[in-house]
Amino acid sequence: MAKSDKNAKAVNRRQFLTTTLKTACSVGLMGVGLGFYTQRANALPPMAIRPPGALPEEDFLGACIRCGLCVRDCPYDILFLGQLGDDIPSGSPYFIARTGPCEMCEDIPCVAACPTNALDHSLQDIEKARMGLAVVVDQENCIAFQGLRCEVCFNVCPLRDKAITLDLQHNRRSGKHALFIPVVHSDACTGCGLCEKACILEKAAIKVFPKQLAKGELGHHYRFGWQEKEKAGKSLVTPDVKHQYNLPEGVRYDLQGEGLIIDKKAPDTPFSSNPLDTLNRKSEEN
Amino acid sequence: MANMPKDAGKEATQVKGWFSAHKWLILRRFSQLGILAAFVAGPWLDLWIVKGNLASSLTLETLPLTDPYILLQAMVSGVTPEQTALLGAAIVLVFYALVGGRVYCSWVCPVNMVTDTASWLRRKLGIRGSSHASRSTRYWLLALTLILPLITGGIVWELVNPVSIMFRGIVFGMGLAWVLVLAVFLFDLLVSRDGWCGHYCPVGAFYSLLSTRAIIRVTATNREACDDCMDCFNVCPEPQVIKPALKGAAKGISPIISANQCTNCGRCIDVCAVKVFQFGNRYSTESKGGIQPAKDYSKPTV
Repeated sequence: MAKSDKNAKAVNRRQFLTTTLKTACSVGLMGVGLGFYTQRANALPPMAIRPPGALPEEDFLGACIRCGLCVRDCPYDILFLGQLGDDIPSGSPYFIARTGPCEMCEDIPCVAACPTNALDHSLQDIEKARMGLAVVVDQENCIAFQGLRCEVCFNVCPLRDKAITLDLQHNRRSGKHALFIPVVHSDACTGCGLCEKACILEKAAIKVFPKQLAKGELGHHYRFGWQEKEKAGKSLVTPDVKHQYNLPEGVRYDLQGEGLIIDKKAPDTPFSSNPLDTLNRKSEEN
Repeated sequence: MANMPKDAGKEATQVKGWFSAHKWLILRRFSQLGILAAFVAGPWLDLWIVKGNLASSLTLETLPLTDPYILLQAMVSGVTPEQTALLGAAIVLVFYALVGGRVYCSWVCPVNMVTDTASWLRRKLGIRGSSHASRSTRYWLLALTLILPLITGGIVWELVNPVSIMFRGIVFGMGLAWVLVLAVFLFDLLVSRDGWCGHYCPVGAFYSLLSTRAIIRVTATNREACDDCMDCFNVCPEPQVIKPALKGAAKGISPIISANQCTNCGRCIDVCAVKVFQFGNRYSTESKGGIQPAKDYSKPTV
């Protein structure tokens, strides 16, 4: 009796396989959909900058559990979590340099708060953070390029004269003044965005971009001759053969200097080298 | 004798009084809203009791709590978490392993309030039809959410997870999260009874796996008093867990609801006019029916 009861209730093999396959297929389909959605949803817009110490974006999205503890521990309240409907991957932290740049706290509380190392705890010195890279994107509107004194970005930079330096150039328009051109150096710029915040224009001429957007990359085969020469301590190409001039004895030619050099005094001639002597000769005779 | 779904709990209210017939429901709402309140007190009132959200939090600057399911996804994608996160996850794991994993679902998860409302409205409006997805779909989804981080390198599920998105929405800013919440509500109301929590949610699936040896369990101690009113089946979000315990006396099945899908919500205790159910523990032997070692009947019979 108990046995037949059990048999009546048990699912037969065909039903089991059908149900299992159905579920597996729909879940599999959903997985494919989710995978594609993820690819799209994980694209970070360039103006959203990750907090200091953030792992490279693809690793970050695997490590960040979207708890928002970094947001809470930021003393300047610059961090936000992406919300559904934003361009930012849902729940992941970011800041917008123009409205709220990273103030570069020495103790880096956001990193300390991160439970998963999505913000890398090996970052101890905030000056080693690489949140992005500032780029002077608009030379037409940056007033420094017009010959006006500004230098605000240079002066607010926490690594003043290291991350941003001023390059003095001749002002060809006025002909007599200097241009104080801000130049960003990627080896020192933390991408904090204080420069972008401080830029006096309506829309900043200097902007922080994710590093992969901001940086170019030299062809891997490419070598700068002078750097290679310095490394090797000598020229790596055959030195040029010194040019031989076929000049009379006692005469040399210096291409980049004095030009023709006559070492010996030229042999005497019947005529004076001064043409006036020839012109005056007759009058002397008379 | 069987009552209409819309009248579930009516009899209990008449017999036991309104409060007794809603005791566990009220306590659960207190718990759910209290947890939410603790998290939003910081940003709203500058009263910092808890920081973070359900994914990971820090209570009173000392107690770290981390969702082991989300942490597991992160670890699958290749991350080495900080010790605080591991400690936080361990605390959560031990807690739910003792009180029942799906206590998370019925006492903590904010989506529960949404799906409970949908379920209540469904009963009141007499909406019957339901799609026939398997209740084990959630375990497949659980597996999927643990495989995808391996393939894509990202915590994929957290981009769409209604549980964390709703909670985060309330604590950190809603955005369009309400659309997702509304979708879950309408799905549960119109498409599938207990659709989200009972069939698909991989978070619940994960926590149900923690329930396997949980101590606190609902027991049908007084099961011979059952008058087949069906109220408990009508309110239970996982009605399949009740039957063996309630009706298994003849087969010698223990009255302890040992199925790990039971959320320990206690609604069956509330709505039962004849006081069949009570909270007990897995090892309690004071029940009146035949006693069997606790056996898990939640697994689909294959």
